[in-house]
Amino acid sequence: MDTFLLLGQGFLVAFELQNLLYALIGVTLGTAVGVLPGIGPALTVALLLPVTYKLDPAGSLIMFAGIYYGGMYGGSTTSILLNTPGESASIVTALEGNKMARKGRGGPALATSAIGSFVAGLIATMGLALIAPTIVRFALSFGPAEYFALMVLAFMTVSAAFGDSTLRGLTALFIGLTLGLVGIDLQTGQARLAFGIPDLLDGIEVTTLAVAMFAVGETLSVAASKRSADEKIEPVKGSVWMSREDWSRSWKPWLRGTAIGFPIGAMPAGGAEIGTFLSYSVEKQLARKPEEFGNGAIEGVAGPEAANNASAAGTLVPLLTLGLPTTATAAIMLAGFQQFGLQPGPLLFANNPQLVWGLIASLLVANLMLLVLNLPLIGLWVRLLSIPKPWLYAGILVFATLGTVGANPSSFELGMLLAFGLLGYLLRRFGYPIAPVVVGLILGPLAEQQLRRALAISQGDPTVLVHSPIAIVLLLLAAAAVIVPLILRARGKGKVLAQLAADED
Amino acid sequence: MRKLLFALAGVVAMSAAQASATDYKIMAPAAPGGGWDQTARAMQTVLQDEKISNSVQVTNVPGAGGAIGIAQFVNTAKGDPSQLMISGFVMVGALLTNNSPVTLDQVTPIARLTGEYEALVVPANSDIKDMAGLVEKLKADPGSVSWGGGSAGGTDHITAGLIAKAVGVDPTKVNYIAFSGGGEALAAILGGQVTAGISGYGEFESQIKAGQLRLIGISSDERLEGIDAPTFKESGVDVAIQNWRMVAAAPGLSDEQKAAVGADVEKMAQSDAWKKILADKGWADTYLAGDAFAAQLKQDIDSTTAILKEIGLVK
Repeated sequence: MDTFLLLGQGFLVAFELQNLLYALIGVTLGTAVGVLPGIGPALTVALLLPVTYKLDPAGSLIMFAGIYYGGMYGGSTTSILLNTPGESASIVTALEGNKMARKGRGGPALATSAIGSFVAGLIATMGLALIAPTIVRFALSFGPAEYFALMVLAFMTVSAAFGDSTLRGLTALFIGLTLGLVGIDLQTGQARLAFGIPDLLDGIEVTTLAVAMFAVGETLSVAASKRSADEKIEPVKGSVWMSREDWSRSWKPWLRGTAIGFPIGAMPAGGAEIGTFLSYSVEKQLARKPEEFGNGAIEGVAGPEAANNASAAGTLVPLLTLGLPTTATAAIMLAGFQQFGLQPGPLLFANNPQLVWGLIASLLVANLMLLVLNLPLIGLWVRLLSIPKPWLYAGILVFATLGTVGANPSSFELGMLLAFGLLGYLLRRFGYPIAPVVVGLILGPLAEQQLRRALAISQGDPTVLVHSPIAIVLLLLAAAAVIVPLILRARGKGKVLAQLAADED
Repeated sequence: MRKLLFALAGVVAMSAAQASATDYKIMAPAAPGGGWDQTARAMQTVLQDEKISNSVQVTNVPGAGGAIGIAQFVNTAKGDPSQLMISGFVMVGALLTNNSPVTLDQVTPIARLTGEYEALVVPANSDIKDMAGLVEKLKADPGSVSWGGGSAGGTDHITAGLIAKAVGVDPTKVNYIAFSGGGEALAAILGGQVTAGISGYGEFESQIKAGQLRLIGISSDERLEGIDAPTFKESGVDVAIQNWRMVAAAPGLSDEQKAAVGADVEKMAQSDAWKKILADKGWADTYLAGDAFAAQLKQDIDSTTAILKEIGLVK
């Protein structure tokens, strides 16, 4: 087993004292920036790039990888406790995680997300080491038509999974799709729905919309509701740690989330969000107590968080084997490689095995460090919720505003945050689900671009959309996701579905 | 706090022997990590390390191919010799396609710093062996050749349009498939989803060396050392294009101020530290300043405007 020998040598590199130190600095910084909405790992790595110019290649790459993994961990903390997703990949975590936190189960929610991230990171990093070439071949077989089919599947499962009224769910989804049209069209370079406002040319930032809808909208609706005075948030009810039941309900979602997140992360046009959406839908379908979904189901935190971290490892597959950066952070890490005269790509494993295997081993070490760093902090984090409500929500508002302005210092962005916050409040007030709006904004433009690419390559022949087995299977799954609930409803199980979707904000 | 820092910096500046050295603020009109950002940060490193400037700050103003950054730069930096902005060939097209009210005429170009040539590749298993093969296919049925590259109206797209025009094919018929970056395009080329790929040489370098992509042409005027492929011109396609990056100063500077900034940039570009960074990053040193650069810039803007009109992206 050549691979294990190489991995063993990698551990020797990773366990060098200074490399352990770099990993520690990386994960700590990463967790910190992950917590802040708007300031993502990409920006942090970019800022650190000139600093690391004088370090050795292995050390600085290990630090970057630590930041990347740490960012994925940190994003979930604010999602769960404050309903303020720090990254677009932790939006789904806010759905169930925040419900759990409000019921005094913030501790188990944070724990399942931390341990799930660990498990997923561990398995996915091993996957990176062992089956990277196979995964790459699979990912490259995805052309525009296959991506389009994947997007259709995500749309169908997500809209079927949200909202008791299909009409309201679809309305919310279409608001998101419309917002997704804003900005310069990639295929023609023309601005759409920008109304001559330069700030709109690059489209609407996903994190701005998510923070506005979730955090600002929520704050407004709390302030507007009369009964808020007597409703109390219990910071801790029962144990801070996971119970036996929590464990037994979590481990399968962790594994399923990993299985979904890793390959999607490895796809050049995948992106971490899609894996989290699909994982959420899958867990909802398979849950033993589907009625808990929307009211704080632990599966809904465990699965997407695992998917999120697995896809972070997945991203490194095309980066290391093809030199193909698929996220902003990966692109900057690529610049980091080049700074040391290394060209990631098919020859990297052959030319610099020590560096690559050192990096992979360090990822495993960083993963363990994150768990050690995060578990003891859970007790401290959940105390946040014992802050009196007016202060807590004022704090959330300040936090959300700071994060948005910090990421993009423009008064227009701030105006958008407030306007979308108001929209979020109105949607809540009239019983429309929030999540499909954000999903529409993320998936809409992706689906549109892939569809247009597929049709342009085939010169307008629509059969290109069903020309490959992968595309056909994905489209059939999408069809099943729509038809099965219809059959269930017709058979008189509609009540379960309605309950299952109730009150999902 | 910031004032205090500035005051401190001022004291340090005065106590240092070089009282004449200016502090610079460089704007990269793009998100962190891209080429313009890296150029700004490389300048920061060299200007400080070589003691040409005491303090250099880099700011990022991303959006719309630089259109947002340049608008802000023109409005806020006017007459301030300490402010610089990175720009490049991509911005020429972006300003045109976005109908930007601000143009590159409104800033003070100082010098072209680096450049990268466009590489034309096909997958290793493609039946197209060379430029002639591609041209033949393109002439027979322009739509059957799909070109994968970066965003619409960018350097990659412009190059594809220029090649078509040079061989007598209607540029509006070019079946260009835009991807959000070289990386995503690379996946589509490797996967055989598109006929050919066009992007900066650096995007494809390691795949070419590993034999996964076949390089059939490069957009330089003459053959490049270490790159085993004919230029477009050698293959009978009269196109030469360089995706250059430049540094510009604020509008409304006096001639002395312009000369002072120009001297600082020249000192930087001739330092060994700068040459080392260019070599590490694989950027070609295409330093060009003064009237020669002004003439080249005008020519690039004119030919870009013409081709974008012919492709149909600009009215």
